[in-house]
Amino acid sequence: MTDKIYKKEEWLASLTDLKEQYKLYVPVKDGDYHNIKPLEEGTKPDFDYQNSRLSPKSAIFPQSERMFEYSLDENDPDHGILQESEKDYRIQVLAGIRPCDAHAMEIVKRNFDTPEYRDYWWVKHRETTILIGLGCNEPCSTCFCTEVGGDPFGEKELDILLHDLGEQYLARGLTDQGIEFLKKAGGTEADKKTLKQAAELAAKAREKIRTKVSTDKLKDKVLNELFDAPFWEEIGFSCLNCGTCTYLCPTCWCFDIQDEVHGKKGDRMRNWDSCMFPLFTYHGSGHNPRDQKYKRVRQRFMHKLKYYVDKYQNGVQCSGCGRCVRYCPVNIDIRQVARLMNKF
Amino acid sequence: MENSYLPYPVRIDEIITETEDRNLKTFKFVFLTPADEEKFAYIPGQFAELSIPGKGEIPIGIASSPSEKGFIKFTVNKVGLVSSHLHNMKVGDIMGLRGPLGISYPWEEMKGKNVVIIGGGFAFTTLRSSIIYMLQPENRANFQKISVVYGARSPGLLLYQDELAQWEARDDINMHITVDGTDDSDWKYNVGFVPTITEEKITSAENAIAIVCGPPIMIKFTQPVLEKLGFPPERIILSLEMRMKCGIGICGRCNIGDKYVCKDGPVFSLAQLKNMPSEY
Repeated sequence: MTDKIYKKEEWLASLTDLKEQYKLYVPVKDGDYHNIKPLEEGTKPDFDYQNSRLSPKSAIFPQSERMFEYSLDENDPDHGILQESEKDYRIQVLAGIRPCDAHAMEIVKRNFDTPEYRDYWWVKHRETTILIGLGCNEPCSTCFCTEVGGDPFGEKELDILLHDLGEQYLARGLTDQGIEFLKKAGGTEADKKTLKQAAELAAKAREKIRTKVSTDKLKDKVLNELFDAPFWEEIGFSCLNCGTCTYLCPTCWCFDIQDEVHGKKGDRMRNWDSCMFPLFTYHGSGHNPRDQKYKRVRQRFMHKLKYYVDKYQNGVQCSGCGRCVRYCPVNIDIRQVARLMNKF
Repeated sequence: MENSYLPYPVRIDEIITETEDRNLKTFKFVFLTPADEEKFAYIPGQFAELSIPGKGEIPIGIASSPSEKGFIKFTVNKVGLVSSHLHNMKVGDIMGLRGPLGISYPWEEMKGKNVVIIGGGFAFTTLRSSIIYMLQPENRANFQKISVVYGARSPGLLLYQDELAQWEARDDINMHITVDGTDDSDWKYNVGFVPTITEEKITSAENAIAIVCGPPIMIKFTQPVLEKLGFPPERIILSLEMRMKCGIGICGRCNIGDKYVCKDGPVFSLAQLKNMPSEY
């Protein structure tokens, strides 16, 4: 492990220097909120933020991604044959993402990178991404990472973890890739006193997360009994099926595949989709297994808190970022649903 | 790394209109790269994504048998955007084929048993694949009695009519073809719904396994008949349909509980389904 200290302005200057070598992404103030955006000429990185409105999942799993392209011109000898789209697979660095969002990448990896099938693009993007986390000194009131296997200073999936120590950052290199990046970024070796200070701040942050969400009994529940539990209609009653929760969620991975045609050329695209939408399961025959909204709401929570738990035996499909809690227009709260399910 | 989303290029080699309402056509595909045929090694019961550039993909059960070499066959009902477009394509057109996908019928378990095949309407495709496969001289001895109950609304809606007639003439397979109703005075087979004919013709569940594929209403009424005959849920095998995209258990669309129909199915035993949510 390598531990380095950077004055804050020195860190930002190093990142700016390194943007020639890597595709760099940083938190940027974007209207009223922050998002992780490319570090380009004129971009003002702002590491003084709670969390980005959108999760950084789109860096690995873009909201809309071209899979293949093809010609529809019958005079073209290759017409009708799908060709892989060329992509920029240079190393990308997401600098300053929150540990919950990095933890989410471990959660979704179990879906995209399996012993049977490896998702071609997800794996390629993930393998060419360096993750630099920024520990949370001030978790939000809606944060509950500690309740679902995470930590405000968690290291899962991260190559580097930053501790904000006021005037300076402590940067801990966690992987070979991370250590190499820190070498290029300069800085000075951290002393014991700084490490101690960082550990104390992290412990304080942990205590600030007061939300208790029990998920320990979910794995022992009978799946069909939870499915038939009496509370689903009530939970789903106010839901608008707007899909905000699934779009903001760092662990929601469902996608659609659609062909787009422009003149004589076409693209096969994959786009984020949402189990909140009725069309998601709508059969060609007109039959729809999830024809009522409470069934779709039930699917989202059962997937995250029961199906995933049973399938992977590795906790829930939630990293506790709290985005769905904050931005649900009708205040549906996954923490409350988890409690109901856990004690059912 | 292999790209499981990339279809094999294929050429439409033959198109057969199967039913009098012209809603069902069988498409015979030939691989543009002959080596792809070996990579597409399949077992009856599996499906594939038919991939039409500019339109999209549809999951369809494989109707040919692995014992039939040189082509792959699918029978497609005209329903939505992709299947309607496919119905208007012509011999020689180029498209894609992605698979084989999903699991097959439980062939190991079926060995040494009496096999009862029950099919309805246009869901007879993977059952056709299975019959052709079982009747191969090198495979036939692996199974005891083979019985088939196959029904459609009317005689003109039965698939594979030439083959049905050939199978009727054989003594190593018991065919029970039926239609819901007909005013054709020359009709020489059964009249009645599939569950009724099943009850009449299938007399024993002894050492038998039932493979059922058909519309939900047929499955619903056949299930109690089979249970009454003494088939335990482990030996009632069903093939399900669901809206799908990726076909490899990643896109999250076709789940029933913690199972994906595309990857963990489409073939499930009734015993398995009883432990899954009834959301299909």
